[in-house]
Amino acid sequence: MNFWNDPVAFIADWLSGIFAGWGMPEFWSNLLVFAIGIFVLIAAIMVVDIFLVWIERKVVARFQDRLGPNRLGPYGLIQPFADIIKLLIKEDITPRTADKVVYNLAPILSMSSVLILWAIIPLAPLAWGVDLNVGVLYLVAAGAIGALSIIMAGWASDNKYALLGAFRQVATMISYEIPMVAALLIPVMLAGTMSMQGIVEAQTFGEPGVWFILVAPLAALIFAISSIAELGRSPFDLNEAESELVSGYHIEYSGMKFGMFYAGELLHAFTFGGFWGILFFGGYSVFGLETLPGLQWLSSPFIAVFMILVKALVGYWIIMWVKYTVPRIRIDHMLAFNWKILVPLSFTLIMLVAVLNKLLLGYGTLVYVAGMFLANVLLAIVTIMILGAYARRQRLAEEAALQIPARAAGD
Amino acid sequence: MTAEQIIQQILFFISAALTLGSAVMVVATRKLIQAALWLIVSLFGVAVLYALLDASFLVVVQVVVYIGAIAILFIFAVMLTQRDQRDKGPQLNKSWVLAALVGLATFGGLTFLVSSWTGFGAAAAPIPAGTVDMVADLGTALVSVDQYVLPFEVASVLLLAALIGAIYVAYNRK
Amino acid sequence: MIPLSWYLILSAALFSIGLFGVLARRNAIAILMGIELMLNAVNINLVSFWRYGSPAEMSGQVFAIIVFAVAAAEVAVGLALVISVYRRRKTVVANEIDMMKW
Repeated sequence: MNFWNDPVAFIADWLSGIFAGWGMPEFWSNLLVFAIGIFVLIAAIMVVDIFLVWIERKVVARFQDRLGPNRLGPYGLIQPFADIIKLLIKEDITPRTADKVVYNLAPILSMSSVLILWAIIPLAPLAWGVDLNVGVLYLVAAGAIGALSIIMAGWASDNKYALLGAFRQVATMISYEIPMVAALLIPVMLAGTMSMQGIVEAQTFGEPGVWFILVAPLAALIFAISSIAELGRSPFDLNEAESELVSGYHIEYSGMKFGMFYAGELLHAFTFGGFWGILFFGGYSVFGLETLPGLQWLSSPFIAVFMILVKALVGYWIIMWVKYTVPRIRIDHMLAFNWKILVPLSFTLIMLVAVLNKLLLGYGTLVYVAGMFLANVLLAIVTIMILGAYARRQRLAEEAALQIPARAAGD
Repeated sequence: MTAEQIIQQILFFISAALTLGSAVMVVATRKLIQAALWLIVSLFGVAVLYALLDASFLVVVQVVVYIGAIAILFIFAVMLTQRDQRDKGPQLNKSWVLAALVGLATFGGLTFLVSSWTGFGAAAAPIPAGTVDMVADLGTALVSVDQYVLPFEVASVLLLAALIGAIYVAYNRK
Repeated sequence: MIPLSWYLILSAALFSIGLFGVLARRNAIAILMGIELMLNAVNINLVSFWRYGSPAEMSGQVFAIIVFAVAAAEVAVGLALVISVYRRRKTVVANEIDMMKW
């Protein structure tokens, strides 16, 4: 066992060796090593989170043709620390009529609902928190806790705008959970397992061994849309909707409690970028290059962690791209889009993929991938055609309704 | 007894206390929203108990279904009714003493019944060797024709019926 | 290790608390919460019998999953009924919903 190929086990062995040297029983030393591992993982994520603030501000500035933070440190890199100091020394306000316990619990739950997601993210071939055999469902369960934290914040603030924002956000989350679960089922079906580790391995070493984006591009798109809705980011940011609700469920929060919501939101977006990479873009694999002879050294955990961070950042960048480009849509449009388009589409896609997956698997990789890809594209085209026909009919009906009174006025 | 077993027992006591304590709060709190939040804590305690019982699938389903859907639905329903209407006056009806007696009698009767059963103090059966993935076994059991495919399908029809029924009942005719 | 009896007693206690909630609360939503507690007590029993009886067969977990489905259906319909009644009669107190009594 060497450090380059399996650093986690190397360090864990080294640590438990030290603890054993102190005369600690094996059980307790293992427990201590696990605790240290959890602490290191969370600390690393929080450090990444600090720089996400900088990335977000810098990227939004570029999209809006500004410079963004550029005063503190090179390229404004110290800016997030200044933000943190500002948040920490701000007055911490609790509304008089608020439910104190729930009010203070909500930001903690919001942050931790994101942090617990990192337990199942496979960072590298031999480095992950836990390889749950129900990993995909765990992702959905963490989202449920996030929804809970939002409704707690909205209710405990005792403010009508906060409550309205929370209502909207939770209605969105609950309804978009359905296409999200359906889209999640497709990688599960293709990999034959719910564990994140298994899904990543199936994309590199599995039967066809291709990234699921090639086999199920439509599922990746549905997952992206519904995860943006789950995140409550534009165009689905009706929970905040500054122009109507001031700032939604965290309107009463100030200082570091607001900071928890804000940091949690950024980290949530980054995490979902990571899950996008894991489920559809091969996770930590280096484009499948590490299976080639002579390139075995590419499967080292260090390169793998780098790859997963890059993929997560790309996913995060796409989420930001959508956020700062597309305007907000109305809540009834949003819910209609979910129930009338995404849900039927995702259910059809599940049936299509399940049947084709069994039919095409015997015909070699090329036929399989091409067949699945074309089936997805075909389904997308059919959906767009149906929608187009429906929109045309609606438009004609509206025009007909407008023309009759116009003619009557003219006569 | 090894340290692992002691920790299991401690976990059991913590989650049992959490479950029962918050269950008492659910039935005793005056404010209905707080009762719903206590219900979530109680359901979470039950999820921990499932984890102690090695039912990993049920742990996650408990959180997704109960906390993610049912509890949120409760909170929505509470918020849709007026505050001064739902939280005013006594929260318990006149015969609550009788209800408490019935509850205590049920607890006593159930405990007496199961304690007279021979398997009362049984230890956990060993997980059969060769079990690779219990979730896969559960999935197979749910869809294999000679096991539970019929109840599974009936449950899905029930959910569909409930979906339609709930929409029909709550639909606001203008 | 944890003997089966602990789970059974816990589940009996949870069931009784839920029963008390159903019998004693005035608010219809709170009554539904009591029913949820009772269903959870049943589930604990089912899962612990599965684990302590025959973990090779999946019957206990399957029953628990069916109970989940029934609980979800029951809450959806029950809360829809409560909302509907509240909309028409402006009350959520179970005793006051008595039009069918005479």
